Amino acid sequence: MIEKRLRTQSLFFWLLRGAATLNGVALAIIVYFIVSRGWSAISWEFLTQPPKDSMTAGGILPCIVGTMALCLTTILVALPIGVASAIYLNEYAEQGKLVRLIRLGINNLAGVPSIVFGLFGLAFFCIVLKMGVSIVAGGLTLGIMTLPVIIGASEEALKAVPQPYREASLAMGATKWQTIWKVVLPVAFPGIITGSILGLSRAAGETAPIMYTGAVFFTPDLPTSIFDEVMALPYHIYVLATAGTEIEATRHLQYGTALVLIALVFGMNLAAIIMRSKMRKKLRI
Amino acid sequence: MEHPVKMHTKDLDFFYGDFQAIHNVSIEFFQNRVTALIGPSGCGKSTYLRCLNRMNDLIPGIRVSGNAMLDKEDIYDPSLDVVTLRRRVGMVFQKPNPFPKTIFENIAYGLKVNGAKDKAKITQVVEKSLKQAAIWDEVKDRLNESALGLSGGQQQRLCIARALAVDPEVLLMDEPASALDPIATQKIEELITQLSSKLTIIIVTHNMQQAARVSHRTAFFYMGKLVEVNDTDTLFTKPKLKQTEDYITGRFG
Amino acid sequence: MKRQQIDKTVQSGFLLIALFSITALSLIVLFLFAEGVPILEHVTLKEFVFGQYWYPTDEPADFGIFPLILGSICVTLLSGIISIPLGVMTAIYLAQIAPVRVAEIVKPIVELMASMPSVVIGFFGMVVVAPFIQQLFNIPVGLNMFNASLMLAFMAVPTICSISEDAIFSVPTALEEASLALGATHFETIVRVIVPASLSGICTAVILGLSRAIGETMVVLMAAGGAAMIPRSIFDPVRPLPASIAAEMAEAPFKSEHYHALFAIGIVLFVFTFLFNLVADYISYRFRQVGEASL
Repeated sequence: MIEKRLRTQSLFFWLLRGAATLNGVALAIIVYFIVSRGWSAISWEFLTQPPKDSMTAGGILPCIVGTMALCLTTILVALPIGVASAIYLNEYAEQGKLVRLIRLGINNLAGVPSIVFGLFGLAFFCIVLKMGVSIVAGGLTLGIMTLPVIIGASEEALKAVPQPYREASLAMGATKWQTIWKVVLPVAFPGIITGSILGLSRAAGETAPIMYTGAVFFTPDLPTSIFDEVMALPYHIYVLATAGTEIEATRHLQYGTALVLIALVFGMNLAAIIMRSKMRKKLRI
Repeated sequence: MEHPVKMHTKDLDFFYGDFQAIHNVSIEFFQNRVTALIGPSGCGKSTYLRCLNRMNDLIPGIRVSGNAMLDKEDIYDPSLDVVTLRRRVGMVFQKPNPFPKTIFENIAYGLKVNGAKDKAKITQVVEKSLKQAAIWDEVKDRLNESALGLSGGQQQRLCIARALAVDPEVLLMDEPASALDPIATQKIEELITQLSSKLTIIIVTHNMQQAARVSHRTAFFYMGKLVEVNDTDTLFTKPKLKQTEDYITGRFG
Repeated sequence: MKRQQIDKTVQSGFLLIALFSITALSLIVLFLFAEGVPILEHVTLKEFVFGQYWYPTDEPADFGIFPLILGSICVTLLSGIISIPLGVMTAIYLAQIAPVRVAEIVKPIVELMASMPSVVIGFFGMVVVAPFIQQLFNIPVGLNMFNASLMLAFMAVPTICSISEDAIFSVPTALEEASLALGATHFETIVRVIVPASLSGICTAVILGLSRAIGETMVVLMAAGGAAMIPRSIFDPVRPLPASIAAEMAEAPFKSEHYHALFAIGIVLFVFTFLFNLVADYISYRFRQVGEASL
């Protein structure tokens, strides 16, 4: 009887291990294909030259610069608003209808499909606010999309600040704002940055929100102002793979661009994950 | 020496939502005297202490009725500024809670948030506070090191120095030695006795020997009510009530 | 009193900024409706939602999105069949039986899965998975519902896994110990005590995972085949809602019927995900774990 129960258990546990392993295998397969087939495309020229010959040769510099410019705008929009929202929710707000409404807004914003953000950015930033297809329109769209991630990460970081710090500061006659600015935020800062990097890495890989708001098919020039349109790594992959002039012949460029994109995104993620695990170890002492 | 009333509460009630944690407590605290609040865990002594600098305001859904006065001012008067109140009524917590900043910055913090700009003056007050808290000799060579590197007892004296730096008139201490070893505890107790010449001290403790050693007056709390308050010597030797006697002789609690 | 006045001002400032999210959400809804509702001047709501034909560029054009809705639902459900067991089982593994060292490796893997750009997954589905399943099942096209579902499952697993793991992790140890002390095996404890106790969290996870799948654009745009027809088998190509918007927006003239129709598809998509989120929000709010006694 007990043998049978234990056999069921061990079968079940192997199933669970199998499921966990399958995730790793799936990730490994994708990364393997991208790396092994994209590796040959990577060269100094690929990273530092614009595309040539109707995008069948040359490099992806405008895409790298464009993605960086979009990311920078995104973080400039999302970080201040996100951190301030988190401070309100975690430090000032009392539970009630208003907070519930704000949280409902954040949760639903997090669930809005990326293409809907694209539609909104197109209708509002590009057309109504007359920004056209530009870095600022794309960055604002991505910024609003990233906002819930930053708010979530910041709130978590603020929650991790021990309550005694706040009490000690208030007990000395500091105001709430002084307490937040001088005691709470410095302690929460590394956590906020880690979470923001994670959020930003998502934004860097997004295509749908920028395909009609910030990114274009092709432009050989590097942007000179935030009202310029740009090329972007994710959109470039899509364009080359589905609408390029020589889809089969440019496969290696597609793999190469995908490799650069996942290197960028994974690099940001790994940095954040390492920072976080170091922080956790520090907090445990 | 004359000891006028510095702070007092009259018929103070305190509620967490529907739960009444403090019932009708009236105590007078005299200037330059140490008053100990004793009683079993959960008797409301810490909650009562936190009413005196309105630290309980941080908890949502609380309500206070009755009077709490500092000199001639009503602590719960809506027009009273709670920030100024807390500067005048300092607090030391159960667990040492230095900020993750340098030793110097920890002490200077209160001065800076209260508007001090003059560097020389700040340095001077930092030194004075650390001396008052009897920790100057141990930290004077490492003022720019993190306060988190100090031992528990040192951290607690640092926290006392930090509270003293803003020159409070009353100091609330919430079981300040409960997390410390006996030697560190002894240092804190000596410190309390020294400090009482300069300010009014109210200390919560679950340790009756400690109350007997450091306080001039003792108040005994039980189940959110004040049972008895008197001079420490009188309370410990000739308690008026049986309940008090049972507690101090260790028959319950 | 100056310091205290600053404090009050700062607080109101933070409140204003905190209202930004709900403002942004309202603006999104406003613009979707402003640009999407005009399509009803050309077709009725019933024709739009239940129409069988999507030929937006024909003369006269047909704006029936039923095949697109069905495409989205089928792709999402099929991906759920893969991602729900995989995600929940990984979560149980992580929260219950994984040794700390293994968990410290598996968790970052799941996070990296979540951060994999959707365009890369779509690209992988297109150039690697499509030829592979075309040969394996001996079918005419590899870009189809099955391919897209497989790729979407990859995207939904991290969401389902991490939220479920939190839920399972927060089951009070006292419940677990009570069950073990009665002579139940670890497996029986998981199945009879831990999973039921964290069921509301797991449901939330599943809903949010599916919500992510139904709203995902690039994967279905690149790997689903793009045929706006009602699928008969899982190997038929489909054209889910987001794919239509993304593929056609470039060619839809500004303020044309087609333009409005695409925004109207955006409304439908938004309503789907909004309902999903509302349900998830309701479940997690309604069935919050309060104390150890409530299950």
